[in-house]
Formats: sequence, C-alpha cells, structure tokens
Amino acid sequence: MSIASPARLRRRIRPAGAIGLAIVLFWVVMAVFGPFLAPHGEGSVVSAQVLDASSRAALLGTDYLGRDMLSRILFGARYTVGVAALATVLASLSGSMLALWAATNGGWSDAIVSRLLDALISLPSLLFALVVVAAVGSSIPILVLTAAVIYLPGAYRTVRALAVNIVAMEFVKVARARGEGAFYIMRAEILPNIVLPVLTDFGLRFIYVVLLLSGLSFLGLGIQPPFADWGSLVRENIEGLAYGAPAVIMPALAIATLTIGVNLMIDGLHGRPGDPHGH
Amino acid sequence: MAPLVRLLMARLAVSLLTLLIVSVLVFMATELLPGDVAQAVLGQSATPEAVAALRAVMHLDQPAWLRYLTWLGGLLTLHPGHSLVNDLPVAQLIGSRLPNSLLLAGLTALVAVPVALVLGITAAVWRGGAYDRIVGLLTVSAVSVPEFLVATLAVLVFAVQRHWLPSMFYEMPDRSAMQLLRAFALPVMTLSFVVIAQIARMTRAALINVLDSSYVEMAVLKGVRPLRLVLLHALPNALGPIVNAVALSVSFLLGGVIIVETIFNYPGLAKLMVDAVTTRDMPLVQACAMIFCTAYLLLVLLADVFAILSNPRLRHR
Repeated sequence: MSIASPARLRRRIRPAGAIGLAIVLFWVVMAVFGPFLAPHGEGSVVSAQVLDASSRAALLGTDYLGRDMLSRILFGARYTVGVAALATVLASLSGSMLALWAATNGGWSDAIVSRLLDALISLPSLLFALVVVAAVGSSIPILVLTAAVIYLPGAYRTVRALAVNIVAMEFVKVARARGEGAFYIMRAEILPNIVLPVLTDFGLRFIYVVLLLSGLSFLGLGIQPPFADWGSLVRENIEGLAYGAPAVIMPALAIATLTIGVNLMIDGLHGRPGDPHGH
Repeated sequence: MAPLVRLLMARLAVSLLTLLIVSVLVFMATELLPGDVAQAVLGQSATPEAVAALRAVMHLDQPAWLRYLTWLGGLLTLHPGHSLVNDLPVAQLIGSRLPNSLLLAGLTALVAVPVALVLGITAAVWRGGAYDRIVGLLTVSAVSVPEFLVATLAVLVFAVQRHWLPSMFYEMPDRSAMQLLRAFALPVMTLSFVVIAQIARMTRAALINVLDSSYVEMAVLKGVRPLRLVLLHALPNALGPIVNAVALSVSFLLGGVIIVETIFNYPGLAKLMVDAVTTRDMPLVQACAMIFCTAYLLLVLLADVFAILSNPRLRHR
C-alpha cells in the first residue's frame, strides 16, 4: 500500500483533460454548424444500399432508408447536445438559485424545500420520465422540462451543501452586519466561492441528462420523428445490428465520446467533488 | 437500546413519507393528461352520453383527492384496477412479469456485487498506482456510456460475429440448464457491466475514506500486515457506506433493466411498463412505477438500517 503525497498528485499534468475539452468543443461546434458541414441533407437518400458499410460516398455507411449516416449524426448533434444543454442549464440554474436562497435563509423554508426535493431525488430518473411521457406525451419542450425537473434536486443538493459552509463564514456574518440584502450576499459573498464545484456538478449533470434523453429516444419515447437525436438513430437502425452495420454503432459511439469527453474534461480541469485527491 | 430503536423508527418514517409523496406525484401525472381519460379511451367520435357513462364507471366524476384515496387503497389491497388497453386486471399482468424481472435482477446482483467489491477494494488498496488508474478510467467510461451501447456491442461481438450466444431472449417452456445460462448471459452481462462500475467506484471511495483515518495510520505504524489491515481494520468501518453504494446502484440497475429488457425482448416488468407507456395505459404505468419505487426505497431503507446496525457506536450506546 502506497500513500501518495498530495504534492506529487498536484503536480501531475492531466493531458486527458485537454483531450476531453477538445472532444466537447468539437461536438458543441457540430451542434451549431453541423447542418452546414454535413455532406448530404438530413432526409436525402444517397444510396440504394440500406444499412451499408462505410464507403467513399457515405463515410459512416447508410441507414435503413439509404440516407448518409455521417449527415444524420451531424444533424442529430443539435438535438442530443442542444436539448441536453438546455435542460441542464435549466436544472442547474433553478436548482442553484433555490439552494442559495434556502442556504441564506435557513430555518423552515430550507427544511421544507430540502425534504420535498429529497423525495423527488429518490425517484429513479428514467422511471420518472416514463411516467411523464405516458401522461403528457413527448415533445422537445416537455423533454427539456422533465429532464430539468428530474435533475434539479441533485443540483440543489450539491449547491446547498457547498453554500451552507460558506454561510457560516465570518465574511458572510460581516456582510449581514453591514446590512447587505439576501440577494447581494448570494451573488457577491457566496457564489464566487463555490463557482468551481458548481461547474463540475453542471458537467456531471449534463452527462446524466444526455444518457436519460438518449435512453428515452432509444425506447422510442424521446425526440419524435422527423427529428432524430443520436438515441433515435440507434433505434431506427437497430435491425442493422444483425449485419454489424455502422448505422447502429456509430450514433451510440457518438454519445459515448460526448459523455466520456465531458468526464475527462471535469477530471482534468479540477477534481470531482468529494474526491480529496482531485485538486 | 432505546435510541437505536428511535433512530430506526425515524428512518422508517422518512421512507414511508417519501413513498407517500411519490404516490401523490405518480397519481398527479394522470391529472396532467390533456383532456379526459374517458374521452381518450372512447375516441373523438364518442357520444357525450357514452363519455359521461364511462366517466361514472371510472369514478372520474369524483374529486381528485377521493380518486387518489381509492387508487391508493386499490394498490394497498393489491387491486390496482384494470388495463385501459385490454381490460385485463393490472395485478394479473404484473404478476406474470414480476418474477422474471426479479430473476434478472437477482442474477445480475449475484454476478455484479462480488466482482465490483473485489475491484473496488483492490483499487483502494493500490490507490494511485497504474492498476487503480486503469480501473478508474474503465469504471468512469462504463458509467458514462449509454446502456444500449454496451448491449449493442455485446450483441455484435457475442451473437453476430461469434454466434456464441443468442441475441434475443426466447421463452421456452422447459429448457436445459445450459440453454438457460446462454439465454441469460447477454442481458445479465450488459446489466452487470454498468452496475459493477457504479459499485466499484463507490466502494473504492468509501474504503479510501477509512484508509485515510488516523487509526489506520496507527495500525500501519504498528506493523499490521496489509491484508489484515484492509480486511479486519479498515473494511468493517467502510461496510456501511459500501452497502449503501450497493443499494443506490440499484437505481442504475433499474434504468439498465428498462433498456436491457427492451433490447433483448425479455418478458419482464420493465418491458411491460415501456409497452404501457407507448400505449398510454395509465393504470398499468402507475402500478409499475409504484412497484419500482417501492422496491428501490425498500432497498435503500434496508441498506440504511444495516449501516445503523453495523455501526458499533450506535449499537452499544
């Protein structure tokens, strides 16, 4: 058993973080400019060979209708990356704001909000989403809202745990004694001290949202045709699995590169929360 | 013994309260339905009289809180109503699928938990080394990859290219042990993959927490052998968090079960629920959701009780 010294761990350079950052940036650019860079249109049939292997005309093969997979994936980036990013921003922003408010106020409001959100967190996420989709159907606004509600309690919990420690600090007491309002204390005293772990939490939550939404799409209960995110692409080409068509594997791999990329980025930029040796 | 009992009772009360809130949320989902269930069942062309009659039969003319109590009572007495699609009793539909899902989950736990514990413990012991970093990278990748990627890759390798295992789960009345093993191999393998990663990560974190404490340092300085140190000094104190990790990873198991049962066409409860969501068969969806949530909360509760009981400071007070 070796006991690693903190200094040595701190000095270790993390090239994995740079790789992760590059992957994530790549997909963000594709989410914005993908449709302009795609060699073919989203719905245009380019080959009579369906579920074909990679060829010069279609670099990642063709799908079950003979459409170009590369173009389909590039077009799908905005649904997978964009919709998940939107939901994550919504969850993290509202969760953080609620947490800051609860931590600064304390007392009953804190107890009630915490208790309620704890109940929400104990619902397995895919299950919750399934119930909502069964009740109100599936559209992009509903998916964004559902994912945001599902991951709000997690963001709340993380930020509250961080903020409660800061609220107990001397400089917050000083600000209170100066007569500063609750909003000023949240923004100027607490937020700057927790921004890094909150960003890490945002990244992790983004991964969960991507996995949740693509899982739903894979079940046929997420983003509906004619739009297709990467989860839908796996679903619609699933019969190609019997021939090992790239149309099934490539969209799934795209999701994997995105989520692993975010993970590497988080690990490389700074440690994950709760990891004492991460810094 | 009194404070311990009080602690356990408080924990039980929290679980029951959570389950109650969950049941309200699940019930409220039906209320979100645009329009009316009776209208949805009969379709747009139904006469107002027919809709009104069905509303009365389904008690839709009663206030929401009364219907909630009726629904909750039905669940508790194991009579959760009838399916909107084929009018079969929900209890019968669930009863035929539940054992299959339990079998799948049980087999997965049997495979995953021991492997995960060994991986987590060894990674914690050799922390910072190459082995630890490889295990860390593999487990992080495994938890951040969608389950259907793992499943499709497994099918591609073991069923399509090698023809070792069947890519679908077929029900056969009586099959040999070998056939059964082959049928379950891919679903269990896919599920285990994600669950192992989750439990291993949390086990490593829990054990490292304990290894960092001063009593372990004392034991090292005293010259306790590494194996004895980990198994007899550190592990007992990490047991609570580890059991908790195992229970929490059930939530990942659940998400995985939904995907895996669909991919492999496995006749379990999760597949039943996904089909019910597709046909918007709300009574069935609600009952399935409540079963999953109850099972999940029960496991977390058991883990917490175990953690409380395994803590000598609470036991001998």
